[in-house]
Amino acid sequence: MLTRMKTLIELKKNLKKDLGSLPVVKIALTGDTATQLLCTAIRGMGVERGYNLELYETDYNQVEQQLLSIDSELHQFDAEFIVVFQSTHKLGEYHSLLPMAEKEKLADDRIGFVTSVCENPYLANKKIIYFNYPEIGDTVFGSFSNRVEASFTFQIRKLNYELMKLSQKYPNLFICDIAELQNKFGRDRMFAPNTYANTEMIFRMEMLPYVASRVLDIICAVKGQFKKCLILDLDNTIWGGVIGDDGMEGIQLGHGLGVGKMFTEFQMWIKKLRQRGIIICIASKNNEEIAKEPFEKHPDMVLKLDDIAVFQANWETKVDNIRTIQRILNIGFDSMVFIDDNPFERNIVRENIPAISVPELPEYPEDYLEYLYSLNLFETASYSPADKDRTKQYQVEAERVSFSKSFTNEGDFLNSLKMVSTVSGFTKFNIPRVAQLSQRSNQFNLRTVRYTEADIEALAKDSSVIDIAFTLKDKFGDNGLIAVIIMKPLDKESLFVDTWFMSCRVLKRGMESFTLNMMVEKAKEAGFTKIIGEYLPTPKNAMVAEHYPRLGFVPVIGSGTQRWELDLENYKIRDCYITKE
Amino acid sequence: MDRIEVFDKLTDIFRMVMANDDIVLEEETTVDDIDEWDSLTHYQLIEKIEADFGIKFSAYEITSWIDVSEMVDCIQKKLS
Repeated sequence: MLTRMKTLIELKKNLKKDLGSLPVVKIALTGDTATQLLCTAIRGMGVERGYNLELYETDYNQVEQQLLSIDSELHQFDAEFIVVFQSTHKLGEYHSLLPMAEKEKLADDRIGFVTSVCENPYLANKKIIYFNYPEIGDTVFGSFSNRVEASFTFQIRKLNYELMKLSQKYPNLFICDIAELQNKFGRDRMFAPNTYANTEMIFRMEMLPYVASRVLDIICAVKGQFKKCLILDLDNTIWGGVIGDDGMEGIQLGHGLGVGKMFTEFQMWIKKLRQRGIIICIASKNNEEIAKEPFEKHPDMVLKLDDIAVFQANWETKVDNIRTIQRILNIGFDSMVFIDDNPFERNIVRENIPAISVPELPEYPEDYLEYLYSLNLFETASYSPADKDRTKQYQVEAERVSFSKSFTNEGDFLNSLKMVSTVSGFTKFNIPRVAQLSQRSNQFNLRTVRYTEADIEALAKDSSVIDIAFTLKDKFGDNGLIAVIIMKPLDKESLFVDTWFMSCRVLKRGMESFTLNMMVEKAKEAGFTKIIGEYLPTPKNAMVAEHYPRLGFVPVIGSGTQRWELDLENYKIRDCYITKE
Repeated sequence: MDRIEVFDKLTDIFRMVMANDDIVLEEETTVDDIDEWDSLTHYQLIEKIEADFGIKFSAYEITSWIDVSEMVDCIQKKLS
């Protein structure tokens, strides 16, 4: 996939395509300025990302009524996502009308409104995408406004800060960082006074794709479509020059003046992504030893070998190396980004692996970072501090793979791993990770129901629901939380498996059998006699199509979907090499 | 830039914004003559004309033109 920003004209053309095959997502938008073209851009960008967005735009300037009144059209439309765009211009108008003493309460007042939206029980299962406020520096106080609480600058900054705090409190509130977009491009490019004068449109049309893209970034992340891995070329991508020709001393890297500094900053960015949980891999046409030398010895290398999950430096093609990386990590190509300075390599990768994102890089390396910032490639809908350990886990997986080769019998191998699993319900400690895994798991996921943190919290409180979270560790290390079960009663006899997903990192370890043993135990304790499982096919979960029959479930005759049932009375505990902690 | 060159460049912009390669501009062409030319595409046109000709229209000018000839007059005046 070629990654560059589409124009509004291209986005409009998308809407003329046949969208019949794309999954439909219902989204509502309410704003206090003219939002028609923004809606067009959002729908067009939806197509770009593989969604047919059914979009309801409320009448102009009805944000409060539409969100808070129960019988509004917005509530009746019942969207999954609600985009709320209250502009800085309208906020400024309101600010100007307030008496001086009231001006300093403006941010609190608006936060009060957003809080009431988040707490509205009718919106509890909706995702609110709220645009934050790009600043308008009215210079009424000049720089002194930093000291004057009543100034507009003070109130906007306070409001944006308080919105961040609010989104930490309400998991269904997603802040769409329009202020960051304006920081990137500048107010004069974001806003066209002559168009605004005649139309009430806040954004210059040229910028609408960027705004729409930011909205879709959030929607895709919530829906489980986001980037997990960054694959990097080496020469002229993360350092200047060619290591094979120029040698360790000759490559450009490090502080001081010149382009070396830019490569250092580029590496710092990559390091931060790694710390956030993005898996960093190398695909380079190089001799492995020479390619690794700077990572081990160059004083100005920010990236070290232990930052890299898979290091592929050889004379195979980039395409082959990327495929190898994909096999080891076991994640989809669509969750990978490939960065290479060479346009030829980029095109070959795009042609052979269409799903991977390959940003078109600017010609000069000093421009890489600012350009990559503009694409916002790594949006996420969740974050847990444990994410930083992900690289280690993949490195351990590579070790495990080589260890397994020393066994001829699979049972001996599994036994030697000394696997231990902790089994618990949903707790405040594991809820963020449960929600995150619910959004990330695509392959080993029987029904692919996506849950946010707020959803998981609600399930944890519901005493009729049986929820189980599993961790798994072995002699090589701790995989953390890797599998989740949510079972809901269908009737007095039967429990329905609403959710069963597992991280692909722990495939082929007998975890499925262990999980089922625990499910049966809990179901029997609660007095049920049957467990009903269902498989809902997606383009990615064919791996578990035969999951239930493999575990001894029998088909439910006459069900419209692929359902299987398990009789608990005759259940024999399945053998596995995992002990419960 | 002479009037014919402005017309040519403007025609390209119209065709691109309206996604219609059959558009032909005459001096007396008005909003009524082109289906796709509505209040929304008008502002897309304005932005593209400003960018491609390197000029800037006032809010008043944007709404003042009766037909394409007045639009071209305005562009030429700014270019001279």
